[in-house]
Amino acid sequence: MRHHAAATLLIAAAAAAVSAAATTDYAQRYAAVCAACHGEAGRSAQPATPHLGGQPSFYVITQLFLFREGRRNDHPASAAMSAVAKGMSDADLRGFSDFVATLPPPGPPATPRDDVRFERGRQLAAKHHCTGCHGADLAGGHQVPRVASQREDYLLIALQGFRSGQRLGYTNAMGEALAGLGPQDIADLAHHLAHARPGGR
Amino acid sequence: MRPTPTTRTSPRATAVCNAAAAAALLTAFAAGAQQAQEEPFWAKGRPKTDTAMKMAPVPAFPIPTEAAKLPVAKMKLPPGFKVEVWASGILDARGMRQGDKGTVFVSSLFVAGKIYAITDKGGSREVKTIAEKLMLPNGIEFHKGSLYVATPKAITRYDNVEASLDKLPDPVTVYDKLPGDIPHGWKFIKIGPDGKLYFPVGAPCNICEPDDRYSKIFRMNLDGSGVEVVAHGMRNTVGFDFHPKTGNLWFTDNQRDWLSEDLPEDELNHVSQPGKQHFGFPYCHSGDFADPELGWGKSCKDYTKPAVKLGAHSAPLGMRFYTGKMFPARYQGAIFIARHGPWNRTQKYAADVVVAFPDGKGGVSRVEPFLTGLVENNQYLGRPADVLVLKDGSLLVSDDHNGAIYRVSYGK
Repeated sequence: MRHHAAATLLIAAAAAAVSAAATTDYAQRYAAVCAACHGEAGRSAQPATPHLGGQPSFYVITQLFLFREGRRNDHPASAAMSAVAKGMSDADLRGFSDFVATLPPPGPPATPRDDVRFERGRQLAAKHHCTGCHGADLAGGHQVPRVASQREDYLLIALQGFRSGQRLGYTNAMGEALAGLGPQDIADLAHHLAHARPGGR
Repeated sequence: MRPTPTTRTSPRATAVCNAAAAAALLTAFAAGAQQAQEEPFWAKGRPKTDTAMKMAPVPAFPIPTEAAKLPVAKMKLPPGFKVEVWASGILDARGMRQGDKGTVFVSSLFVAGKIYAITDKGGSREVKTIAEKLMLPNGIEFHKGSLYVATPKAITRYDNVEASLDKLPDPVTVYDKLPGDIPHGWKFIKIGPDGKLYFPVGAPCNICEPDDRYSKIFRMNLDGSGVEVVAHGMRNTVGFDFHPKTGNLWFTDNQRDWLSEDLPEDELNHVSQPGKQHFGFPYCHSGDFADPELGWGKSCKDYTKPAVKLGAHSAPLGMRFYTGKMFPARYQGAIFIARHGPWNRTQKYAADVVVAFPDGKGGVSRVEPFLTGLVENNQYLGRPADVLVLKDGSLLVSDDHNGAIYRVSYGK
C-alpha cells in the first residue's frame, strides 16, 4: 500500500504541474508531469505503472481521454490519473500523445523469464488472436497499444480489468478477446507479453 | 511537498507472481485441454490473409475536429445546393432529432456515451451535454415533449426535456427487457404514424442463427406494452423512417462481413406487411444469394428482397424521407441515406449521403449520390451517420468521425 500512497502523492504533484505549465513544449511538460512515474524516456520503474515508450499516439490519446472523462476506473492510480488529465485541454491531449509516441520502446524486463509460463502464455496469445490487432510483433498501432515488453504487473492489472469488465476500454474489443480466460491464464499471458521480444530485439 | 520516487519492486506484485508461478506448474497440463477461443464477434469469418487480418472497426478520434478544419470544402453536392458547418465540437455525433421548440438532440455511441442538446442562438449554436456515461446511447426519439433514449439494455424517457436542458429529470423506464448484447445491440428508434415505438434487436454476431429475441424490428405501445414483431430476418438496422403517404416502414440494413470485398450488398428494405415478411438474414443476403454456410437448403425466393441494394459493406445508417419545402420538387418523398463507409473492405468508399427515389410501386427507381467527397487516399475525411430534415427544409448531416454536424440548403 505504501507504494500506492507514494504514487498518489506523485500524481497529485503532476496534477498541479499540468495546470501550472502552459508551455506547448511537450517534452518539457512530459518531464515535469509524467516522468517521475513513467520514466524520463518512457520506461517506468514504478510498480504497476506502465512503460509509455513505443506507444502509438492514437492509443495514448484514447487513454488520456478516458481518464479525463473519468471512465477508466480499473487501476489503483485511476482517480489520480483522472485528476491529472482533467487539467488537460484538447490541445494538451494531442501534444502529450504525440510526444509520448516519440519515446523509444522499452527494452527487456529486468526480471527473469519463466520458460514454462512464457510458453503457456504464448499458446494463449495465439489462441486468443492477440496478434490479430496488436500485430505480429505485438507493437500495436493506431488505437491498439504496444504490449510487447510492457511491465508484467501493469499487464496483469490491465488484463484483469478487461476480464472483469472493470476496464471498459475505448472499444469493446478486449472484453470479447479475453472471454473464457481464468486468473492463471491471465497471469501467464501477462508474463508472456512482458517477455515477448519478437524479432530478437 | 516534494514526493520521492520509489524504484523498489512492490512486495505485493512479487507475491502475486510467485503464487502465479506455483499455480502455473499445477495447471500446465490442463492448458492443452482448453477450448479454442472465440474471436471477437466482428472478426468471425475473417479470412486469415494479411490484408484481412489488418482490418478492424475504426474508432473515431476522441477529440472533435475544430470547425476551421472540417472538410466542407471537399464536399460535393448537386448544383444549387450548398453545405456549411452547422455545429462542431460534438464528440461522436450520431443520431439526430428535433424537438418542438427547435432543439436538436444528438446521440453518440462507443466513444462519447453522451446525449447532447443543440440550441440555435440566432446564427450560432450552443452545444450542451445533457446526459453522459450512458451505455451506447445511439437510439433517440423526440415525441410530445419527451426525449426517448435507447441503449442495448433499456429504453427510457426524459419528460418535458426542452424546458430541462440544464438538468434533466430522472428518466422514466419505458422498456427494460431488451437482451442487452453489445454486438449490434445499439439502437435506432422512432415513433411511427401509428403512435407506436419501433425498435430493432440486431443479430448478436456477424453471422449466426440467433434465437427468437434477435434479428427483428419490433414495435410497442409507449408504455412498453403490446410488443410485436414488425420485420423478421433483419441483421443490423441503424436507420428507418415511415413513408409520408403510406405510413409503411422502410429500413436500412447492414449485411454480414467477410464474405467478400464485394458481397453482400447492404440493403434498403420496405415493410409492406408488418410482421409477415422475412428479410433474409442469416440465410439469404441482398435478396439474391444464399449464405455459403447457413444458406444450404434455403432459397432466396422465400424471403423478401430489398427495395434496393446500397453497395457492399457501405454501412447505410440513418435515413429520412424528405418532406421539407426547401429542396426542388423532385426530392419530395425521396429518401436521404447516410452511408458511414466500410471498415471491412480494403478499398474505402461511400462515407456519403445518397438519395433513393421510390418508384411509387413499393420499390426504388434509382439511387443518386448527394453529398460526396469524403474519401481521399483511401482514408475517410468524415463519416456521415444520420440525416435530419429541419423545420425550414434544410438537411442536417451528422459526422461521428469529426464530431460535427453540417447543414445542406438549397438556393438563396
